[in-house]
Amino acid sequence: MSISLDEVRHVARLARLDLDESELMAFQGELNQLLGHFGDIQGVDVSGVAPKPHAVALQNVWAEDEPRFGLTREQALRNAANSRAGLFIVPTIIEE
Amino acid sequence: MARYLTSVGMEVHAELLTRSKMFCRCEVGFGGEPNTRVCPVCLGLPGALPVPNRVAIEMVLRTALALNCQIAYDSVFHRKNYFYPDLPKGFQVSQYGETNPLGYYGTLDIPAADGGTKTVRIRRVHLEEDTGKLMHLPGGGSGVDYNRAGVPLMEIVTDFPPDITTPDEARDYLQQLRLVLLYLGVCDGKMEQGSMRCEPNISIRPEGSETYGTKTELKNLNSFRSVQMGVEYETERQSQVIESGGRVVQETRGWNESTQSSFAMRTKESEQDYRYFPCPDLVPMHFEEASIERLRATIPELPLAKQRRYQGEFGLSEYDAGVLVGDQSWAGFFEEAVGQGGDPKAVCNWMNGDLLRLLNETGQVALAGGQAVAHGHGTPATVSKVTPAHIVDLVRLVGSGQINSKTAKTLLDDAFSSGDMPSRLVEAKGLTQISDDGFIKETVAQVIAENPGPVEQYKSGKQGVIGFLVGQVMKSSQGRANPTMVQDEMRRQLGE
Ligand SMILES: [Zn+2]
Repeated sequence: MSISLDEVRHVARLARLDLDESELMAFQGELNQLLGHFGDIQGVDVSGVAPKPHAVALQNVWAEDEPRFGLTREQALRNAANSRAGLFIVPTIIEE
Repeated sequence: MARYLTSVGMEVHAELLTRSKMFCRCEVGFGGEPNTRVCPVCLGLPGALPVPNRVAIEMVLRTALALNCQIAYDSVFHRKNYFYPDLPKGFQVSQYGETNPLGYYGTLDIPAADGGTKTVRIRRVHLEEDTGKLMHLPGGGSGVDYNRAGVPLMEIVTDFPPDITTPDEARDYLQQLRLVLLYLGVCDGKMEQGSMRCEPNISIRPEGSETYGTKTELKNLNSFRSVQMGVEYETERQSQVIESGGRVVQETRGWNESTQSSFAMRTKESEQDYRYFPCPDLVPMHFEEASIERLRATIPELPLAKQRRYQGEFGLSEYDAGVLVGDQSWAGFFEEAVGQGGDPKAVCNWMNGDLLRLLNETGQVALAGGQAVAHGHGTPATVSKVTPAHIVDLVRLVGSGQINSKTAKTLLDDAFSSGDMPSRLVEAKGLTQISDDGFIKETVAQVIAENPGPVEQYKSGKQGVIGFLVGQVMKSSQGRANPTMVQDEMRRQLGE
């Protein structure tokens, strides 16, 4: 199990990471090391063990539908790089 | 030109009528100042832990049951990863997989042209979260309002190959689905406000071909009419592309309401690589059969079944029955009136005729006992003083011949503003119908004497003039004379 340089490039683009060739190579190495650990895990005999969707033995954790106040707008916008008229401002999005 | 067959897949998003958001307890509402219903969870701040809304889960399960779906007794939430500022977390919580969505493999019946029903297969009903709203600002930059981010959103998708093959069926599907959601009380179905959104995907193929053509997806449709028009337009556009030797491109197209045409849109993610995986912040859901059956017991009779029952049981026309079931409280009003012994056809005629007109003119709603004004996120309407009992009373007065229908119309107007029972108004105003033989004979004779011209016309063969003469008798009796008796007496006296 290993990851190609093209796959690293693809994942980086999806994550909006602008990586140069040497960075791509470095990440390829790190990711392949990580995948190596999964390779070890895959060697474990799990026959007779039912697949589980979650590592924690909990289910049906949910809340009642009762509104509670969260943050004021000032608090919400406090960490925004840019805000105006109560809105978070992001670079122009071209759509439609 | 070759004949083409149209295939339409429907993807509908419905905002659920919960009070709080899907994974945090921020309030759900329409409009308001931007970014005033936000918290660390729906803003995707580090360390915030989402907790699902129990009511939203039940709403989706009930919808799935109403749509005859299989229920995923074990289900999980996934992360759908993409970068776009309308979702601050960098992913949308959704449900992925063949049999993981809360409901899958269901059906919805829509009216068929022959008066029966047609079954549209449903692929899945799943629960996810809505996104924030982006607005383009003058002078550059886009503004983001996260009030809507994290509002519970249900997605309902039809199965493939598509059962919907015409623009009318696309519209009918949407109308029926909207009604079902309204009957279940899970969505307010306001397409123009975007609380219910429809994205049909449309493809065509030459008649006889087994292979489905390339599909395009339509967005920005905010009414039933635009859905119908959009499907019609895309069918035509695609067949022109093919006829002129071109190829249909798989793309998302926007609907322009003012030009009644579609245009190619730039999509947010050129590579649809969402890398779904189970959300580690949310633990799995497991449902016992007993709890699912408890939810099943809360599903009301669905609108189309109700409509067909009204047609069969009461002999109502498809149109009239459709108007009655078009609003759950209107159907409830009708059923209560019939339950109180009102003649179904007469009750229906008064309701869909004069009462509906009065309600529309005043912006009121009429409710049966125990009904509440439909809840939504808007302002509640005023409740009319006219109850099913008023209509039953009115129908009885007309049916027994105590008043004629002209008087009844006036009485309904009166009862609408005063809230008084029609029979009480009849007593108080002395409006009972006059069926006295002597009075009618006398008045008819008088009208004949006063109208020699029309009488002459009648005798020379212009039979229609009798309407005018009967009208004169009704007028001079202030509308209280028994019209059938007047008609008979008029003919008798003119025949002499
Ligand atoms: Zn929140």
